[in-house]
Amino acid sequence: MSSKRVVWNEEACIGCRLCQVHCVTAHSRFPGDVLKAFKLDPQRPVPRLVVEETGPLSFALSCRQCEEPECVKSCLTGALGIDRQTGTVKVEEARCIGCWTCVVACPYGAIRAGAGDHPVASKCDLCGETRSVPACVEFCPNEALRVEERGV
Amino acid sequence: MRYVIIGNSTAAIAAVEGIRRVDAQGAITLVADEAYPTYSRPLISYYLEGRVAEEDMGYRPPDFYARQGVQVRLGVRAARVEASSRRVVLEDGDELEYDRLLIATGSRPLALPVPGLERPGVFYFNRFDDVRALARVAAPRRKAAVVGAGLTGVKAAEALARVGVHVTLVDLAPYPLSAVLDPAGGEMVRRRLETAGITLRMGCALEEFVGDSRTAQVFPGEWQDLKEKYRRCLVGQHRLTGVRLQDGSSLQVDFAVVAAGVVPNVEVAEGTGVEIHRGILVNERMETSVEGIYAAGDVAEGWDLVRKERRVIATLPNAYRQGEIAGVNMAGGNLAFAGGVAMNSVNVCGLHVASAGLSNAEGPELEVMVAGDPPRWRYRRITLREGRLAGFACIGNVGRAGILTALIRAEVDVRPFQLRLLDEGFGLADLPEPVRRKWDWERGERSWASR
Amino acid sequence: MALSMRVPSYQVHRNPQRCIDCQVCVRQCTYGVHAWDEDFQAVVADDAKCVNCHRCVVFCPTGALAVTPAPHTFVPNANWRSDDLREVYLQAETGGTLLVGMGNDRPYKIFWDHLLLNASQVTNPSIDPLREPVEVKTLLGRKPDALHLSGGGLQEPLPPELELEVPIMFSAMSFGSVSLNTQKSLARAAVEEGTYWNCGEGGLHPDVLPYAHRAIVQVASGRFGVSVDYLNAGAAVEIKIGQGAKPGIGGHLPGEKVGDEVSRTRMIPLGSDAISPAPHHDIYSIEDLRQLINSLKEATQHRKPVGVKIAAVHNVAAIASGSVRAGADFLVIDGFRGGTGAAPLRIRDNVGIPIELALAAVDSRLREEGIRNHASLVVSGGIRNSADVIKAIALGADAVNIATAALIALGCHMCQMCYRGRCTWGIATTDAALTKRVNPDIGARRAANLLRAWKHEIKEMLGGMGINAIESLRGNRLALRGIGLSERELRILGVSAAGE
Repeated sequence: MSSKRVVWNEEACIGCRLCQVHCVTAHSRFPGDVLKAFKLDPQRPVPRLVVEETGPLSFALSCRQCEEPECVKSCLTGALGIDRQTGTVKVEEARCIGCWTCVVACPYGAIRAGAGDHPVASKCDLCGETRSVPACVEFCPNEALRVEERGV
Repeated sequence: MRYVIIGNSTAAIAAVEGIRRVDAQGAITLVADEAYPTYSRPLISYYLEGRVAEEDMGYRPPDFYARQGVQVRLGVRAARVEASSRRVVLEDGDELEYDRLLIATGSRPLALPVPGLERPGVFYFNRFDDVRALARVAAPRRKAAVVGAGLTGVKAAEALARVGVHVTLVDLAPYPLSAVLDPAGGEMVRRRLETAGITLRMGCALEEFVGDSRTAQVFPGEWQDLKEKYRRCLVGQHRLTGVRLQDGSSLQVDFAVVAAGVVPNVEVAEGTGVEIHRGILVNERMETSVEGIYAAGDVAEGWDLVRKERRVIATLPNAYRQGEIAGVNMAGGNLAFAGGVAMNSVNVCGLHVASAGLSNAEGPELEVMVAGDPPRWRYRRITLREGRLAGFACIGNVGRAGILTALIRAEVDVRPFQLRLLDEGFGLADLPEPVRRKWDWERGERSWASR
Repeated sequence: MALSMRVPSYQVHRNPQRCIDCQVCVRQCTYGVHAWDEDFQAVVADDAKCVNCHRCVVFCPTGALAVTPAPHTFVPNANWRSDDLREVYLQAETGGTLLVGMGNDRPYKIFWDHLLLNASQVTNPSIDPLREPVEVKTLLGRKPDALHLSGGGLQEPLPPELELEVPIMFSAMSFGSVSLNTQKSLARAAVEEGTYWNCGEGGLHPDVLPYAHRAIVQVASGRFGVSVDYLNAGAAVEIKIGQGAKPGIGGHLPGEKVGDEVSRTRMIPLGSDAISPAPHHDIYSIEDLRQLINSLKEATQHRKPVGVKIAAVHNVAAIASGSVRAGADFLVIDGFRGGTGAAPLRIRDNVGIPIELALAAVDSRLREEGIRNHASLVVSGGIRNSADVIKAIALGADAVNIATAALIALGCHMCQMCYRGRCTWGIATTDAALTKRVNPDIGARRAANLLRAWKHEIKEMLGGMGINAIESLRGNRLALRGIGLSERELRILGVSAAGE
């Protein structure tokens, strides 16, 4: 099995945060339309990647799709798990109660508290079901993000 | 290889998954006194609220046992272990032979040394059966006392309040969540609970559960009798009329919930030669002092990475880590656990509270830093020991606290950036370059340690 | 503080229906135009700071932004244009020389646009470059007057030459004036496309050493970064006498741009101003120039061509002739539209002559003197497209240098603020964060694409003229006709008028 994840090149990340804009859009009710995603989706999701910046250093961090994911091991309900097909860490949103134990467990700070009426753990899903290339990768204006495939 | 696992909660399930990482064939038999397929214990408060249905309580999908090739014996208690002949004797007389045994019997609520505890109408908040029974008595405008303002008691109080029960939360401690929070943090939780309509009686010991004298009594704290006790309550064979507090005051309540801490269920290991302290003592491979017998989860007393001593860490994440390591090692693998870190994250009536390690401790060897704006529901407390992060509490915004948890485990010198730890925006970019470069946890502690 | 009398030049238009408050513009603007306003809970803009660089416009994910000239107007005045007023206001405030970046933007006549190319009809067939080879390879360097053969081979080796797969090179741009990533981008594109880049007067940073075999290394009046290793690392050496954007003026890289990397590469102390004097203090005559040329040839064991770069000024033909006689293997003539990282505005806009006239004059002069083969001729300063390239070659150039066009390929939007060091496109800056805005992978790809595109177009135009090798076009002014030019201009350019 191999698994994919988004990796960053900090030499090329310029901290513009367009990745976040397109991540939000891709996971909104209007996956193809930034404007509608931000203007019309009352349950607009939070970005699933974090852009960190200090001085000239910046990088867009998202779930590392760990082989030994602390979040999965810590999940109180079993909502987090490793997808048997893709090897990625995924959240079964219906079973997430928003306790944020995963947030407190992830050594990368890559899981965020979701938004909306029933906030659930929000993490990179590689835009799995909706796009062939994750939105952040496709729309990074400086090609700082790419998908890495890793043998397991 | 024949594996027997006693228990069916987090550590037991983790052990199954651990065993199967190494050994796809070996026969696994899992025995547990609870009759339910594995469920998520923290969900019981959500079940009580009605937010989670019974079929959604599963900690693993319904096909888990079949897929993992596990024989299950649910609803049967393991009476004792005969270590010399490597057999587990069940309550119903059956015997299970094992090559490797895992004791993952968890913990049970501490039975308060208070008169009247045995009365029907006094509930615990630990198992599914507890809340199934509670759900039938918890109704709007009824009155309840929750005894113990720890994580369990607070969640119980919240769930009952959401159902409409008038809840009074009683604890000897001066503020709720005193085991993990300092006074300032606890004060925030108190305010939040009060906002949610819960009455708090802090710094107040319980003297007695007062009830109808006609009520038949059940022996306190005995598991097998709980069902009977709850049954009697439900069929109305009792009247709990109130609780009496040490300051002489009384509360009129219709029922009470006791959540005053837990004690490890070590009984099954007694007489086997397994070394028991408070819990069953285990080494870094989760082995007990008897060959072939492992223990994990709330019943186990393993290494605490922060306190540098063996200690029972009764948290779910710790149970999983221990259980998985036990499983791998039982199946012939070789994994060592660097140690547990007590870690909790809980939502108290919409206020997020996260803590890990020495989150509320003070002492001459500790440096404590705090930041935040408690009136606006923001608080952060950082505990340093010898320049290392030893614990934290985050209230309100727990975002990215996992980096702090990992810093505790990493035991790196945080002094160069220690003030940044207080900032809600603290992130990996704040780590010194050499630390950031080796910040690899993708294979857990192993990848961090190997770099 | 007294009131500034300046008025904004540009206006930022934010369409509130499209703005999603993502603040990408806030983070991209390096001039502090966009800001998040806590009170308004909205992104606001300070028009006065806008330089019209378009970074925000290009990055806005919803197309919410546009920049236009400010709507207010000065009283129309053919003599006192708005720029004249703005410049006076500014100088009255600062008391300083006006600085500017990029090339002369004044509406002087662009002779390229008054020259038309020929095409084959009936009597000589045109060539389809997709079906038949059209050769654009170009060799730069001294060509011997005659070849002496003995024993089936040449009696003496040919002088060193540069081999260009396309007659377009990248002009000198130092690390310091442009970011390292910009230099890397162009260097990689040059290697990929078989041409040359020029490291300018800033030394060779270790990161670009892998591309040094395709580098022309510069020796200028400041001698920054020059060592024997440096000279031998490159493919050729260029002595920089002058620059089209600021003939007669030296260079000044302010100390704040001299960070760690620049300091190491230029071999000067950290934070010190890097001043290139206006003249070379060891060159006061053609004889002095000959000495330097010879020294550099000695230092490189006569294995590398040594060229001279001069600005196109009034007596450019004579200077060119002298430089060739002094031993230059190639001449680079930089016209008055050539760009710069920083130049005094008055110099940039008023000194020098157009490259088209300079080129025609130099080529004619060298031919008249019978020394045209002694040196190759490279021209620069305002080459905008492949048509300009091919016209330059027809006028007599061997190859052209491009810089502005290359930077535009990398994202430059010609705001002319290079001298401020805050280039939003990450080009004219040494700021570590801004430098990242040019990803060398993308930059190299785009610069190489530009070269390839122009190469295709050049082949197409050559084929149209029925010419199958660019050699055959060189100095062939019969391929050109002038339009809208005076008799005198036609005579200088050496071309007939359209219709003749």
